[in-house]
Amino acid sequence: MRRVLIANRGEVAVRVIRACRELEIESVAVYSQADESALHVRQADHSINIGKAAARFSYLNPAVLIEAAQRSGADAVHPGYGFLSENAEFARRCHDAELIWVGPPAEAIELMGDKAAARKVAAQADVPIVPGTEGAVAPEQAFAAAERIGYPVMLKAAAGGGGKGIRVARDGDELKDCVTVAAREARAAFGDSALYLEKLLVTPRHVEIQVLADTHGNVIHLYERECSLQRRRQKLLEESPSPALDPGTRESMAAAAVRLAGAAGYTNAGTVEFLLDGTGAFHFIEMNTRIQVEHPVTEMVTGVDLVKEQLRIAAGERLAFGQEGISLHGAAIEFRITAEDPDADFHPSPGQITGLEIPGGPGVRLDTALYAGYTVPPFYDSLIAKLIVWGRDRQEAIARGRRALEEFAIDGIDTTIPFHLQILEHPGFRRGEYHTEYLTDLALG
Amino acid sequence: MSDKTIKAPLPGTFYRQSDPNADPFVTEGDEVKPGDVVGLVEIMKSFHEVKSEDSGVVERFLVENEDTVEAGQDLAVLGG
Repeated sequence: MRRVLIANRGEVAVRVIRACRELEIESVAVYSQADESALHVRQADHSINIGKAAARFSYLNPAVLIEAAQRSGADAVHPGYGFLSENAEFARRCHDAELIWVGPPAEAIELMGDKAAARKVAAQADVPIVPGTEGAVAPEQAFAAAERIGYPVMLKAAAGGGGKGIRVARDGDELKDCVTVAAREARAAFGDSALYLEKLLVTPRHVEIQVLADTHGNVIHLYERECSLQRRRQKLLEESPSPALDPGTRESMAAAAVRLAGAAGYTNAGTVEFLLDGTGAFHFIEMNTRIQVEHPVTEMVTGVDLVKEQLRIAAGERLAFGQEGISLHGAAIEFRITAEDPDADFHPSPGQITGLEIPGGPGVRLDTALYAGYTVPPFYDSLIAKLIVWGRDRQEAIARGRRALEEFAIDGIDTTIPFHLQILEHPGFRRGEYHTEYLTDLALG
Repeated sequence: MSDKTIKAPLPGTFYRQSDPNADPFVTEGDEVKPGDVVGLVEIMKSFHEVKSEDSGVVERFLVENEDTVEAGQDLAVLGG
């Protein structure tokens, strides 16, 4: 592997360039017309214009990206996160074009992207799953299924994807009301009234396990990230270790993630997501088959550079360390800073950065593509910076987080820095007692 | 008399229909009232409605579907 094309933009493109540089691999940036002056373009060894601002013409356009890789003489493609990173078809097309895909095999992306198939693999690997129907059920079978699963239940169109049209029933009467409407909507939208039912876990925590797998059969985990602090299902900050896991649960969750990755034929970096319920039991929900936004949290507490490991694994190297080489050290928190106005219902706030003061000092890391004078374009995700802090324990990490957020000044646009400062003051967060509905309950979401 | 226009409320990508398979919200010759939705602007992966502030007949659009627009840019001319 000599030259890697990064099929992405923003801070993650900069992150991959950094890993390439440390491994003495050349980097190729791609950019849309809206990103000509972006930091990843300035920092890469080579750069290629891939067309119009709207992502579907550029960052979401497989043909243009593969052509750019070939034209630039790249021998590998790193997809980053988002965009085409979990698109099995793109992975396959890269492979067919004799480009190394820095990620798992297309088959593993496909398998984990199919909810029913992923649950089946998990169950076979003895990984606990959220109780639900195995595949689709006819509307009239929903009641028996709900009795078996236990209320409250979530129901959605079996043919649909994403979070669209999810309904909740707390008992049989509510289910009666829901089923008719849900079945009608499912038939209207997908031509199929079949439904999928799953137990609704009330105020769960979202905890995920980072795994690394090489192409020689070695699979290890790098412990967990706690991602329960969310607003409208979007993660706002993440931390490791999770304040909610006791050592026994941590080990069994991590072992379950390793079993799943093995059973799925997984290679490269991946994340296995679990919901932790009030009784301390955990349930597999999905696997993210890419590097994640919050990966620096794990890097801070394990000392492993996950993006460099991704590149090494893709080049066919063996993992340089076994499970015994991984230990958790201290505590880390990542704050996702977005160009949104927390005082105006998180309204998007693109525009020019007129002034920038960067936090620093002990235990502070900033992953960003911002620079003074840069204009944040309106076309892409609102994430503009990730501030990651490390401390010898959670208390020190929180104190450092507050100190670094106070040092961080971004002028010209609205950002979520003040919102993070507010969260750090909340007693529930301080105690580590929070779940996915915490901000909603506080009416902060 | 000077023409009235419908302006983009935000910068981003302009769409004339709610999804690629849907009909346009309005076409040339349609009458609109204040508050009628004439398009969408996508900004940072969220969609915002573009509404007419005046009554009138849509004479012509000044931008194409999926064009990049600036905040305050004229999108369509209203006559009548």
